[in-house]
Amino acid sequence: MAKSNKPIVWGLFAAGGTVTAFITPALVLLTLFAAMRFAPTMFTYESIHAFAANWLGKVIIFGVITLSLWHAAHRFRVTLYDFGVRADLVVATILYIIAAIGTISAFFSLLSIH
Amino acid sequence: MSEERQIQLEVLRYNPETDLEPRYQTYTVPCVNEWVVLDALNYVKENLDPTLSFRWSCHMAVCGSCGYMINGEPKLGCKAFIHEYGDHIRVEPLAHFPIERDLVTVVEDFITKFASVKPYLIPKEEKPISAGEYKQTPAQLMKFKQYTLCINCMLCYAACPQYGLVPEFLGPAAISMAHRYNQDSRDGGRDQRQEVIASHEGVWECSFVGACSEVCPKHVDPAGALQQVKVASTIDWYQEHLMPWSKK
Ligand code: FES
Repeated sequence: MAKSNKPIVWGLFAAGGTVTAFITPALVLLTLFAAMRFAPTMFTYESIHAFAANWLGKVIIFGVITLSLWHAAHRFRVTLYDFGVRADLVVATILYIIAAIGTISAFFSLLSIH
Repeated sequence: MSEERQIQLEVLRYNPETDLEPRYQTYTVPCVNEWVVLDALNYVKENLDPTLSFRWSCHMAVCGSCGYMINGEPKLGCKAFIHEYGDHIRVEPLAHFPIERDLVTVVEDFITKFASVKPYLIPKEEKPISAGEYKQTPAQLMKFKQYTLCINCMLCYAACPQYGLVPEFLGPAAISMAHRYNQDSRDGGRDQRQEVIASHEGVWECSFVGACSEVCPKHVDPAGALQQVKVASTIDWYQEHLMPWSKK
């Protein structure tokens, strides 16, 4: 029996799970507040923009977006498998490509923010 | 307050040598509320129908041989009290295992898998008996004590939807037992076990449904063990592939 290569995606999945468990609920709440036009100065467009222009801010935003994506992709793959979709290789390829596209585009759009 | 009450015990009957398919047979059993389902089965065997076959031995949740599906849930017959159920109780053999006879299942698959993870101590260094015992602190014992409580009753295999779907899956109890020895400070066999449990049919077939931990009569928490194995195997993988110099 050969050792599996699943740890690559599982590592991202687990890290993403931790990140989403802690940060996503807060983000959802803040987005809701913003949508209700309740944005304390800390969350105005200018200050978020400044955050994204900063290198540390970029790294944090990149981490949150991409880890959530890889988490969702892997979770969805397993869920589909549990629901009886047995074309695991096809499912995995499609979902991970989506996550990879998201990762690359997050990388470049963050780079373009000055 | 030993109240007596009548229950309808519906038992799956099947003899692969003579029957085309399994059927259900219902017995009326006078029960005392303190009885467990195994007592009701024994009543049937002794008084109503000596042909009924089922496994049991200790009657105290230690030997692990009396696992059945009771009203659709994997349970130990000797730990499922009559007073927790209504007047109609259905008993079937453990799910996901072939039937040998009535409630007796064919368990070779589990035994082979269990043996494949080398569930025994492989000492780091062999010592002569004169060198004394392999010592361990209470803190070192606590790291794995809960996993030693497994009685191999296979309820977790009957509960695991993944094992039902993918029969090659090594399964909860075998991987938990590998984890138990991997966590043992006296043990040096982790590399050998990882070859088996870090494989695709090993821990990576688990999708963390968690049913194994819910049905475990000894609170081993196999699902927790498997997640720890996943974390450890992931760290291994990165070490082996990104820092090949760090191992061996
Ligand atoms: S008879 Fe031994 S565990 Fe139930």
